[in-house]
Amino acid sequence: MLEIKDLNASINDKLILKGLNISIKPGELHAIMGPNGSGKSTLANVLSGKEGYNISGELNYLGKSLNEISIDERAQKGIFLAFQYPTEIPGVNTSNFLRTSLNKVRKAQGKKEIDALSFLKLIKEKTTELGMDEKMLTRQLNVGFSGGEKKKNEILQMKILDPNLIILDETDSGLDIDALRIVADGVNSSRDNKKSFLVITHYQRLLNFIKPDFVHVLSNGKIVKSGNKELAIQLEKTGYKGIN
Amino acid sequence: MKNQNTNISEEYKYGFTTEIDNIKAPKGLSEETIKFISKIKKEPKWMLDWRLKAFNRLKVSKEPNWQKPKYPKINYQDLYYYSAPKSMNDKPKSLDEVDPKLIETYNKLGIPLTEQKKLSGVAVDAVFDSVSVATTFKDELTKKGIIFCPISEAIREHPELVKKYLGSVIPISDHYFATLNSAVFTDGSFVYIPPNTRCPMELSTYFRINAAETGQFERTLIIADKGSYVSYLEGCTAPMRDENQLHAANVELVALDDAEIKYSTVQNWYPGDKDGVGGIYNFVTKRGACRGKNSKISWTQVETGSAITWKYPSCILQGDNSVGEFYSIAITNNHQKADTGTKMIHLGKNTKSKIISKGISAGNADNTYRGLVDIGRKALNSRNYTQCDSLLMGNKCGAHTVPYIKNKNSSSTIEHEATTSKINDDQLFYCNQRGLNQEEAVSLIVNGFCKDVLQQLPMEFAVEAQKLVGISLEGSVG
Repeated sequence: MLEIKDLNASINDKLILKGLNISIKPGELHAIMGPNGSGKSTLANVLSGKEGYNISGELNYLGKSLNEISIDERAQKGIFLAFQYPTEIPGVNTSNFLRTSLNKVRKAQGKKEIDALSFLKLIKEKTTELGMDEKMLTRQLNVGFSGGEKKKNEILQMKILDPNLIILDETDSGLDIDALRIVADGVNSSRDNKKSFLVITHYQRLLNFIKPDFVHVLSNGKIVKSGNKELAIQLEKTGYKGIN
Repeated sequence: MKNQNTNISEEYKYGFTTEIDNIKAPKGLSEETIKFISKIKKEPKWMLDWRLKAFNRLKVSKEPNWQKPKYPKINYQDLYYYSAPKSMNDKPKSLDEVDPKLIETYNKLGIPLTEQKKLSGVAVDAVFDSVSVATTFKDELTKKGIIFCPISEAIREHPELVKKYLGSVIPISDHYFATLNSAVFTDGSFVYIPPNTRCPMELSTYFRINAAETGQFERTLIIADKGSYVSYLEGCTAPMRDENQLHAANVELVALDDAEIKYSTVQNWYPGDKDGVGGIYNFVTKRGACRGKNSKISWTQVETGSAITWKYPSCILQGDNSVGEFYSIAITNNHQKADTGTKMIHLGKNTKSKIISKGISAGNADNTYRGLVDIGRKALNSRNYTQCDSLLMGNKCGAHTVPYIKNKNSSSTIEHEATTSKINDDQLFYCNQRGLNQEEAVSLIVNGFCKDVLQQLPMEFAVEAQKLVGISLEGSVG
C-alpha cells in the first residue's frame, strides 16, 4: 500500500524528517508514536501532499510514486487524512460539502455521481453505525463544533469516502472517553484486509481501543524503534526517554 | 512535489461581438443628439422638454470626484449616445420579424427569447445597446393588468404613469451621471403592478452592450401599487474591448402602501483583461422610495463585472413601518475596482433597514464599501442593522469600509458590524484533502462567505450566480 524509503522533509531549510522508512501492507494498522516536535504531523502533511516542504526520498502508494501528485488527486486516489484540527468553513453546509467531496472521489474512480436520495440513505446508515446525530450534517462545516464533534465528523467523512489509506493525525487528542470510543469504533469497523491505517498519536490510550499491528517510535525525524503493541505499553511505562 | 493545478482560468465567455448594421446618433453630446434620440423613439414633446431641461442642468453640473477608484477623464464628445440595430428601426411587430442575428445573440448568452424556448416562469425584456429587442410573456402579464414593457413604449402608451413617477425618486438635478442619464437615456424597462396584485412570475431585463464607442444609458422605472408584489432581476454583459465603455443607468422604484419590490442584479459587464485594459465603467444610480406605509424594497446585487463599479442602491423609507434591505456581493479581481454600498434614509416612524455586504478582493483589485444610514428626527423607533464583511485573497488587493451613520432621534438604534478576513491555507488544504482542486476550493469557501446574500436571489438565478462567483475568482489563488 505505502512504501516510504529514506524520506527527508524540510521546511524553511529546517530538516524535520531525516531518512524515514516505513512499509505498510494492505490490511495493516501502524501506529506512530513520538514526543512533541518529532515530526509526526509533518509526516501526515507530507503524505497528503501539503505544499511548502522540500522533499527527497521515495514515497510510493499502490506501487506508484506520489511525487508530482497534488493534494486533491491523492485524496481522489484514496488517501484520507483525519485532521488534528479540522478547520471551520463558514457558510458551507456539512452535508453538501461531504457530497461534493464524495462525488469528486467517485468521479476520479470512473463512477457516476451519487444522487441526493442515495446520499441521504448513505448518511443515515453511517451516522447510525457510528452512533452520531444526523443533525450535525445540517450545520456549517465544523463551525461551532465542539472538539469531539469535529473529530467525529472526520471519522464520518472517512466512512463515507471509503479510502484505501487512512492517516489519523492525533485524532484522539482532546477527546473525552465517549468520543474516543466513537472514533475507535469507527476505525475498527472500517478495518478489513484492503484498507491500511497510519495512526499518529501521543498516547498509548488510543491503542487500548484500536489494536495496532505495528508500533513505531518517531524521534527527531527518524523511526528509532519498531515493534508490536507491547512497545506502546512499554513506552507508557518508561516514556520516550527510555527508548534509544 | 508540486501542486499541479494547471487549470486555465475560464475567459470572459460573453466577450463576443455581434456584427450588425447600426443606426447611430451623431457623435457627441449636444441638443442635436438629444433631439435625435427623442425623435427616433417617437416621443411626445413633454419628454423632449424634460430631456432638454436635464441637458441644461448638466451644463452647470460637475462630475463628482470623491470616489476611491479614480479614472481617466471621459471625453463625452467622443461617445455615441444612441446605437441600435437598423432592423429594429421598423419596429418588428412580433419575434418572427426580429433579425435572427439578435435572437442568436441572446441564445448565445443563455437567454432564449423564442416562444418554444423561452425561460419558464421568467418574463424577459431584452435590451440591445439602445433599444429593447423583445419582451416575453407580455400577453399573460397584460391579462393581470401588469405592464411590463420597454420604457420608450411606456412613454408613448402610458404617459400618465411615466409623467407621475419618472424623476420622482431620482430628480433630474440629482448628480452629474443621473442628470446625464435623464438627458440621453435610451431604453430600459417599465413595470407597473396594479393594486393587490402579486406578479405571477419573475420579471427580468437583460442588458447587452454591443456597439463600440457607445455609452449605454438605460432607464428603469418600477411602480408597485398598493398591496402588490414584484420580483425583478437584471443581468448584463458586454463584448471584450480595449477601450473603456460607459454605462450610466438610472433605476427608480416606487412602492406604495403595503407593496413590496424585490430587485436583484447580477452584474457581469466585461471587467477588462488581466492587466486592467478595457472594461465597463459602471456608474449607476439606483434608488427606491418606500412611499407607502408598510412597504418594502429589497435590493440584492451580485457585482462581478466592470472595470469600475460605482453605485449605491438606496432606499428612502418615507412610509411608516416601511422596510429597506440591501444585500450585496462585490467581487473584484485583477485590476477591477468597486466603490459600492447603499443609503438608507429613514423618514417614517418604525422604519427598519438591513444591510448585508460581502466584499471580495483578489489580485490587484480594490473594493470599498461605502454606506449611509440616516435616521431622521421624526423617524421614531427606527432600526438599522449593518454587517460588512470583507474577504481578501493575496497581498496586493485592498478592502475598505466607509460607513456614515447619522441618528437624529433617541428612540432609534443603529448596529454596525464589520469584519475583514483572508482565505486561509488551512481551509484550502482541508478542501484539497477532500478531493477538491484549488479552484473548486476557492469557489466553495467564497460561496460560503456569500451565502447570506446568495440565498436572497430568486431560485432560477441563485445557481448561476454561485457559478459566476467561482468563475470571477479563477486564477486568483495558487
